[in-house]
Amino acid sequence: MEATLRQTWAFMFRGYHITRRYIGWVIVFNFYALVTSASVTLIGVAENKPQLTLTLLIGALLWNYLSRLYEEISMSIAYERWEGTLEYTFMAPVSRAVHLLGVSLYSLLNSIVTSVIVLVGLMLFTNLNLRGANLPGVLVVLAVSTVAFVGLGLFAAVFPVMSPERGAEATHIFQGSLLLVSGVYYSVETLPRWLQPLSVFSPATYTLSACRKLFGAGSADSTAEHLAGAPLSAVSHELLVLALMGAIILPLGLFVFMRVEAWAKKTGKLKRTG
Amino acid sequence: MQQPAIQVRNLRKSFSKRTGFRKRSELLAVNDVSFHVMPGETYGLLGPNGSGKSSLIRILSTLLIADSGYVRLLDFTLPKQADEVRRIIGRVSVDAAFYKKLSARENLLYTALLYGQNAREAEKRVLRILDQLGMEDAKFSTPLEEMSRGMQQKISIARALMINPPLLLLDEPTTGLDPKSRRDVQSFLEDLQSREGTTILLTTHDMAEAERLCVRIGFLAHGKLVAEGTAAELMRRSGARTLDDAFITLTGEELEDEEEVSTDYADCSV
Repeated sequence: MEATLRQTWAFMFRGYHITRRYIGWVIVFNFYALVTSASVTLIGVAENKPQLTLTLLIGALLWNYLSRLYEEISMSIAYERWEGTLEYTFMAPVSRAVHLLGVSLYSLLNSIVTSVIVLVGLMLFTNLNLRGANLPGVLVVLAVSTVAFVGLGLFAAVFPVMSPERGAEATHIFQGSLLLVSGVYYSVETLPRWLQPLSVFSPATYTLSACRKLFGAGSADSTAEHLAGAPLSAVSHELLVLALMGAIILPLGLFVFMRVEAWAKKTGKLKRTG
Repeated sequence: MQQPAIQVRNLRKSFSKRTGFRKRSELLAVNDVSFHVMPGETYGLLGPNGSGKSSLIRILSTLLIADSGYVRLLDFTLPKQADEVRRIIGRVSVDAAFYKKLSARENLLYTALLYGQNAREAEKRVLRILDQLGMEDAKFSTPLEEMSRGMQQKISIARALMINPPLLLLDEPTTGLDPKSRRDVQSFLEDLQSREGTTILLTTHDMAEAERLCVRIGFLAHGKLVAEGTAAELMRRSGARTLDDAFITLTGEELEDEEEVSTDYADCSV
């Protein structure tokens, strides 16, 4: 047990020191996340429509959290490819579940930091008062969504194992597709009819739907000064779907990752670095 | 009778390479190789680039799964008991792969934690190893990217040894090092072998290094083990006066000529 805890800590230790050494880039990425989110949210402010502003703010905030989580996990393997250390990680006597748990925990911390920066920043750009929003409920939804998104991150992490050159590109295509079909800044009904069925398979669709209700977006009682957030019971359907998705995607992601690792060891794909 | 620490029998590994539209060709990297290494022995695999040395080491390191054959390291067989094998091996590859922005200390503590070790104890052990390798303590906090190739390779050796493995797999550990660093590493390996009795499998191009460090040597060419024995036996068998000449006589190849072949061959493993 002690050894397992140390192994989990190893990935957080590594992540912390890499972040420390690349602190300049970390600041740039967070700055970029903030200004792009502010730029989107200001569309609502310019239109003087609090409901639109709130919808855009929720989209920007959640997308920053979920995409950061997904990206950190999926790209952790790409970083190892580029550094050439993946073979040493795979050669260590650490189970893949512990490896990916350690990576996911550090990614989660990173995502929370980015989300807090974006949330605080966005409050400076809008006149929305979040009083009345069901924030504890939002945290519950995010916690449940996290499991599914960690699973998606594991799925996407197989791409860099398969190909150091094309792998990172594939993870971003997958991420972009999620952004498109999940209705981050718009309702999924806005999508062309042929694309709408895909939104059903994205966990972000349910996270956004639940959070909009909990923030009070779309509620006739919500105003810029006071939001009318729904109770948690109003999003039980979304929570159930997210929990089911997490229960399926996370173990499946781990399974797929392990299968691809075995395939890479058979075909010699681990050897190359990007 | 004492069991070998490493036993390899009829090992075979091929790679498939795309050669055109819906066309693939097979390349045999390891072709029916058999050898054994006794506990405490240093065994050398000599061969040009592309002869299958690295593929062999990577199979033993659990990074590559063989097509067929039998591999046993101490009491564990591959690929079935890969988890157990990972606990008993240390590997140094020709390229010292590290997080280059991190310091030597951070890289090595990460490895210690990855192996479930107590970081503080591991740090003491690493400092001792680095001291034996002739490295100053001050370098311990220097980012790897600011270190010379020789220093990086010494850190790589410390990484492999900090887990105190009974088996050490060294894949061209001195390639590209300056003469001083090469001598430091060789002396350290000699000392380690005599002090700890570590079993070492070493691949190299360097005949002098093989002669100095290895009890027995195997010549690899085109994935096949073509000859095996002590340096003296190999020279006697080939009627050569040097190990270099013995290699050419017994394999029909010259190390330098193979350098170009190696690039194509390495590409085939992907």
